[in-house]
Amino acid sequence: MMAGLARMRILSLTRQLASLGLGGRRHTGSSAVPAKVLPYRKTRGDDDDVNMQQIPDDFRVVFPEFLPDPKPEWRNRLREKLERQDMLARRAVMAIPEFYVGSIMGVTVADPNASGKINRFVGICIQRGGTGLRAWFILRNVIDHQGIEILYEMYSPLINNIEVLRLEKRLDDELLYLRDALPEYSTFPLDMDPELIQEGAPVPVNHLKVQLKPRPWHERWERKNLQGLLDLGLPERFYKRAKLHEKPWEKFDLMKEYRATIPEEEQADIFREISPHYEQLEASRRRAKRRRTKIIRS
Amino acid sequence: HGVSSGDSINPQQSSLRQLMMNVKPILQLIVKCTRDAGLHTCAPLQQIQKLTRLRVIDNSELGKSAMLEGRPPKCIHIYSKIRFGYTGDKVLVAIKGQKKKAILTGCHQNQKPLMPKFDSNNIVLIDDNGSPLGTRILFPIPTMLRHKLVEMSRPKGADYTKILAIATRFV
Repeated sequence: MMAGLARMRILSLTRQLASLGLGGRRHTGSSAVPAKVLPYRKTRGDDDDVNMQQIPDDFRVVFPEFLPDPKPEWRNRLREKLERQDMLARRAVMAIPEFYVGSIMGVTVADPNASGKINRFVGICIQRGGTGLRAWFILRNVIDHQGIEILYEMYSPLINNIEVLRLEKRLDDELLYLRDALPEYSTFPLDMDPELIQEGAPVPVNHLKVQLKPRPWHERWERKNLQGLLDLGLPERFYKRAKLHEKPWEKFDLMKEYRATIPEEEQADIFREISPHYEQLEASRRRAKRRRTKIIRS
Repeated sequence: HGVSSGDSINPQQSSLRQLMMNVKPILQLIVKCTRDAGLHTCAPLQQIQKLTRLRVIDNSELGKSAMLEGRPPKCIHIYSKIRFGYTGDKVLVAIKGQKKKAILTGCHQNQKPLMPKFDSNNIVLIDDNGSPLGTRILFPIPTMLRHKLVEMSRPKGADYTKILAIATRFV
């Protein structure tokens, strides 16, 4: 309910700002001069409501890299449009499947130094980010008792194939705490077979709670409000100091949410722009494999 | 009657305790002031430089004994114009009172795309000719070493590619 009210307020706020037509001089400093807010221009007039309905609800979650970075200094409408065209062209050649943080994936890359010139790595996605052609994700695995992480740029032409072996979500948006967890939580066999789930079924959520190794850790996990961890077993003073660093007012900060999101009308515009390619994008989401690709290992 | 029970045992300890009781509120005030000032440090870069402790991943006697007794080798020099070590660089390490050369096979620092990042800073001990001291490397090493070590080797000098022959797995 709170989220709905917030969204309504953000929509009215965008309309007000658009009417003001803020803009003008470039600012080099940080917060003194307000950032230039580009006016919202509708791309289609009449059948707005119909088109909004046709856009699948979960597109912004499944294809988050199509939405640009909300930071106004980094916005460039023309560049974003060209990037989206390039992204769709790349997806026509290599299907990038739907995945989430917590999914186990296998990536094959072209590597001049590897045997057979291709290199395959299997791991759990611990983080994803970036927008447009720079979208990336990090895979983690423990091989021969050595923890290894590799960052892959999704639209890099060096990537031959991205395969989701187990499609699932976890209780947290980022699994960086796996670096401080016991190795068994990050170990996955390199020859894992893909586990298929039903078409159209919701993405399963793995409610696994991870046990961490004893301190020291890479970050203060007790301050991060993570759901996917077992009891950390820390002395009381850690939790007291974590409480001092809490910012419970942030979830009510409407301007912060506004600055971190693309307005809904713009999102609709973007997805309408890529609507001719919906079929191709939906096909990449299809979980059942149509054809088997044989990798001939020399 | 103002004498505490500790006095009879050790007068020095009780006076220290009284000192701490007087100093504690001042310390708490100092901690509060630094916290309220908003001082923070950035996340560590985890670069390899002089005095960085490294992990030996080959099965040489020297490496195994150093790691087992809990005194891992320390980097004392990096053979590069930059004062930081990256994957594939040659370093000089102090191990069990000796100086030995080693090749960095894996770094904990955040890497560029497609380059593997390891959970520990791994080295393989070598001698002056580039021959490894051990007979096998039981942990994975990155494929880019195939190119980097060939580049580093000289036809009439050290041949660093010998460590690739004892590697078991490439990542």
